[in-house]
Amino acid sequence: MLKAILFGGSFDPIHLGHLHIARSVKHMAERVIFVPCYQNPLGKLPQTTVEARIDMVNLALEDEFAISTWEIDQQKVSYTIDTINHFESEFGGPLGVLLGVDAFLEFPYWKDPRDILKRVKIIVFNRPGQNLAQVDELLKQPLFEGADVEIIRDSSLNISSTQLKIFAYLGEEIDPFTTPKVAAYIKDRKLYARKEDLNVQRKDPSMTAITAEIIESHGLTQDEYKRVNQLLGREPNMTELGMFSVLWSEHCSYKNSKPLLKRYPTTGTYVLQGPGENAGIVDIGDGVAVSFKIESHNHPSAIEPYQGAATGAGGIIRDIFAMGARPIACLDSLRFGEIKDSKDSRHLFEYVVKGIGDYGNCVGIPTVAGEVYFEDSYEGNCLVNAMCVGVVQSGDQPIGPLYGPIIKGVATGVGNPIIYAGSSTGRDGIHGATFASVELSDESAERKSSVQVGDPFQEKLLIEACLELLKTGVVVGLGDMGAAGLTSSLSEMASRGAHGVEIDVALVPQREKNMTPYEIMLSESQERMVVVVQKGKEEEAYKILRKWDIYAVTIGHVTDDGMFRVLENGKVAANIPALALTDDAPIYNRPAAEPTYLKALQNLDLNTIPDIKPDEAETVLRTLLAAPNIASKKWVYEQYDHMVQLNTVVLPGRADAAALTIQDTNKRIAVKTDGNGRYCYLNPEMGGKISVSEAARNVACTGARPIAMTNCLNFGNPEKPESFWQLEQAVNGMAEACNVLGTPVISGNVSLYNESEKGAIYPTPVVGILGLFEHDKAPMTMSFKKAGDKIYLIGETLNEIGGSEYLKQIHHLVKGLPPRLDLNTEKILQSAIIDLIKNDWVQSVHDLADGGLLVALVESLDENKLGADISLTRNAALRLDALLFGESQSRVIVSVSSEKLADFEAATAHLPVSRIGQVVSHHGLTVNVDGAKVISTSANTLIDLYDNAIGHIMGHH
Amino acid sequence: MKVGVVVFPGSNCDMDCVHAVRDELGHEAQTIWHDETSLPAGLDFVILPGGFSYGDYLRCGAIAKFARLMPAIVDFANAGGYVIGICNGFQILTESGLLPGALLRNKDQKFICKDIDLKVINSSTAFTRSYKKGQIITVPIAHGEGRYHIDQIGLKKLEDNDQIAFTYSGNNPNGSLHSIAGVFNEKKNVLGLMPHPERCNFRSRDSLRILDII
Repeated sequence: MLKAILFGGSFDPIHLGHLHIARSVKHMAERVIFVPCYQNPLGKLPQTTVEARIDMVNLALEDEFAISTWEIDQQKVSYTIDTINHFESEFGGPLGVLLGVDAFLEFPYWKDPRDILKRVKIIVFNRPGQNLAQVDELLKQPLFEGADVEIIRDSSLNISSTQLKIFAYLGEEIDPFTTPKVAAYIKDRKLYARKEDLNVQRKDPSMTAITAEIIESHGLTQDEYKRVNQLLGREPNMTELGMFSVLWSEHCSYKNSKPLLKRYPTTGTYVLQGPGENAGIVDIGDGVAVSFKIESHNHPSAIEPYQGAATGAGGIIRDIFAMGARPIACLDSLRFGEIKDSKDSRHLFEYVVKGIGDYGNCVGIPTVAGEVYFEDSYEGNCLVNAMCVGVVQSGDQPIGPLYGPIIKGVATGVGNPIIYAGSSTGRDGIHGATFASVELSDESAERKSSVQVGDPFQEKLLIEACLELLKTGVVVGLGDMGAAGLTSSLSEMASRGAHGVEIDVALVPQREKNMTPYEIMLSESQERMVVVVQKGKEEEAYKILRKWDIYAVTIGHVTDDGMFRVLENGKVAANIPALALTDDAPIYNRPAAEPTYLKALQNLDLNTIPDIKPDEAETVLRTLLAAPNIASKKWVYEQYDHMVQLNTVVLPGRADAAALTIQDTNKRIAVKTDGNGRYCYLNPEMGGKISVSEAARNVACTGARPIAMTNCLNFGNPEKPESFWQLEQAVNGMAEACNVLGTPVISGNVSLYNESEKGAIYPTPVVGILGLFEHDKAPMTMSFKKAGDKIYLIGETLNEIGGSEYLKQIHHLVKGLPPRLDLNTEKILQSAIIDLIKNDWVQSVHDLADGGLLVALVESLDENKLGADISLTRNAALRLDALLFGESQSRVIVSVSSEKLADFEAATAHLPVSRIGQVVSHHGLTVNVDGAKVISTSANTLIDLYDNAIGHIMGHH
Repeated sequence: MKVGVVVFPGSNCDMDCVHAVRDELGHEAQTIWHDETSLPAGLDFVILPGGFSYGDYLRCGAIAKFARLMPAIVDFANAGGYVIGICNGFQILTESGLLPGALLRNKDQKFICKDIDLKVINSSTAFTRSYKKGQIITVPIAHGEGRYHIDQIGLKKLEDNDQIAFTYSGNNPNGSLHSIAGVFNEKKNVLGLMPHPERCNFRSRDSLRILDII
């Protein structure tokens, strides 16, 4: 004989079916107790008041059975295990728990199911429309071995609360369903008279059977699905499957790239926070730290360029202030198809730039640098990589009113509330993260619902509110709901904090009706943050959030069991060990194979390429200056507010990298992104080295010392050995460069599966380098400063035209080996440049990059409207095209005033240096090679070509 | 001089203005939250900064004119207090009727950020007293909706009253009527302009003196 049978339910309203079931089991126990459950009053579904539900149960029971309001009195949703504990202490054991088929089918997801089964008898009754076969199937699970479960197969009284409510709403007779007293009560009080009171359930995907197609559509393999089953000890429901699918995507789990990423150096003198957090942080001294990271938003931008790019900017900005840092600058690295030839590419370019501009301009973060390349291989799969840089205190000491302390993305402290802050949750962006991990096809255009929509105004308020909130010290952890939304932010925070979390999705603000837990957990709606605050300090947090008009609500709390538990109105919708999501994704060591076409591609016989004649040099120069890859990116950066916050001391186009002061501190930094996909295509290892070296060299050319790096790896499908080989080679080259140049990797992102129907993109690692000014000299610019200054070329020029812009534009070839780069030579050059600037021995410094020497010279003439007279000599073996337009690495041009010549020459005695000419006052360019004139022209026409080429192509002048 | 910089939700040049006035010009500066109902006592000068107040949804500056603080600013200006509206602040001043005219989308539909040359038209006001009439100064612009427009009668009034403060010199970047970049109210104690005089750490510091009114 059981001491008591507990009959839980909402009893909204109680009906004859309930009484019938209670009567059919009462012989088993001393008493049957009806336990109406607590319903969250903030739940999204309208509901009958607690009082009415209790009244109706009392009217129905009429002393035949007992009622307990214990669960309601708890004022929160109770776990069955807690209810059992309570009644055991009152009546002793054994107890029985009476529940319907639908509730029982979710039993494995309850809290402590094994414990419950050990202690109580479970009595399952059938309900209308339910299938007992599923119950029989469920009982075969090992969980139920030896458990006392009794199934009551009688379904003679086919009544449901929903049915009753529909009749009440329609004004039909309800007496047949419930007791006369309850029926009268419902009529008197006009309960269930409104349509919304019907509480009719939406289609609940959690009850959908999981098929092979569903697993595949979630981007999981059968093996991965088996692994999910093992980790859970059971099959997942749909919500859980969705959560695994997003966190186990490449975008979140790095399952294909992790073994390679381990090759990067990630520690060093300056590194305060390496990879693994929302963003990395370097300590730049005097209590000041800089946080930065780059991330891709390629696939969304290819489908919907404006919103895709805007939300890319928004997402990376949130990663930075999620660390507590005030964002002070953005950079953008963009790749498109050929804009000269392709209307689609012009469209993508136009709206990506507009999307980035409109977002960054509104949030008030300057976009200060970046690069844009146009290559056929990006047609249909553009790349949009956004980088953000922020400033934060490195320790406890305040450094100024604009900045606050570092915060981590952790959930710790059992019972600490989890506050949801920001925009409401909609269906936008569902499965964005898995979307980013599949190849694009025509069908992708139909996946527009995967693209998120941004609201920069909300982001601006969130930045200010969060930074103000962090200064109060009540915040335990902060997370951005970016890719995979609530699922990734909370599981990562729980895992990092070695705690569990529990939330109720009914409390999540929703902008659309009838959202399921699946949709809420996977939504990638923008401008949302989760804040874990100290228990009892919620009001302090709310006060600041409200001041900034940020909608905020507590949706759950931190627990001690390591589980990520998702409730919906108290019912468990998902229950997963947080670590299973974040740390237990499979890791793949993919096979790598050198592409078979590569050898032929690299084979470039220079004898088959006619060298240019001296009188062709000017035409070639004009062609190159107007080539979109080389031409000024003014058309782009003039659409970005690059000055707001007053930190941008050198404007875009004036130096090789952006130089920034950090307001209210004595610190200055330089930042730059770079990445030559064409070089990587021809030799990914060398291309990887060059990407790091060039970004670092650009930073060094302003006088700042490169100290740390972020990177975004944009590659093709890693499951194809040839793509994986490119990835591996590029990472090897980059890792070696980082080691030699002293720039550890502190953050980054991987974007694989960049393939359109035309094939894979050029393998494109994009590197973002941060440099620190260690002296008080002004940031160096590229422009010649004064007539009479001498111009020097530092570095060696070789017969290297393979992979060059010259070869592409003039000979229409993408072929050969990219220029060779020796990392030690590069390191020595960069140190020398920084010393020259620190000692005031140079007037200008400019890196030689795409287009080579002559392009760099023209770029140096613009700002001060000066000219240059250049005289070059060459040995017989050096081709003229290589001399003027080759892209040999580790080269810069500098100008030196006459009073510093001796110092300069002494300081560069250990380098390959040659004096190549001087700055002149008239705005023109003359170039002699071995005494013969090859160019003599006004600079105005050259600069006009260079400045306006992209604007002309885009149809604006 | 005691300066107040108004902060609307979405303002993003507020701290830049504080920096320019306090750190560059050495005046006392404080921020004023949009939800206040009165201005701090003893204020000499109010700055409405650039940005995207209330997201600039609807129309630039159209929501800001309903801010709780705005009546106090209108009273302050009507009593002769100095008020400047920069960029979004200029849009707010025209929306709220303190300045004539309106600011429309740039003629080529694009946001423009760059240094431009500005010609001083009226140099006999508190804002422009340190310049010569006709002087060219370099100031950055950063806006998507800065095309100044006013009807013919309004324009004649501006001209007759010497209310045009600045015009773009040479290239008219946004298609403004008569290249107008900034205008005064009739009493010349309220100035609105699209360029950003507080952006003083770039190519030229010429523009800083616009904010140095006393």
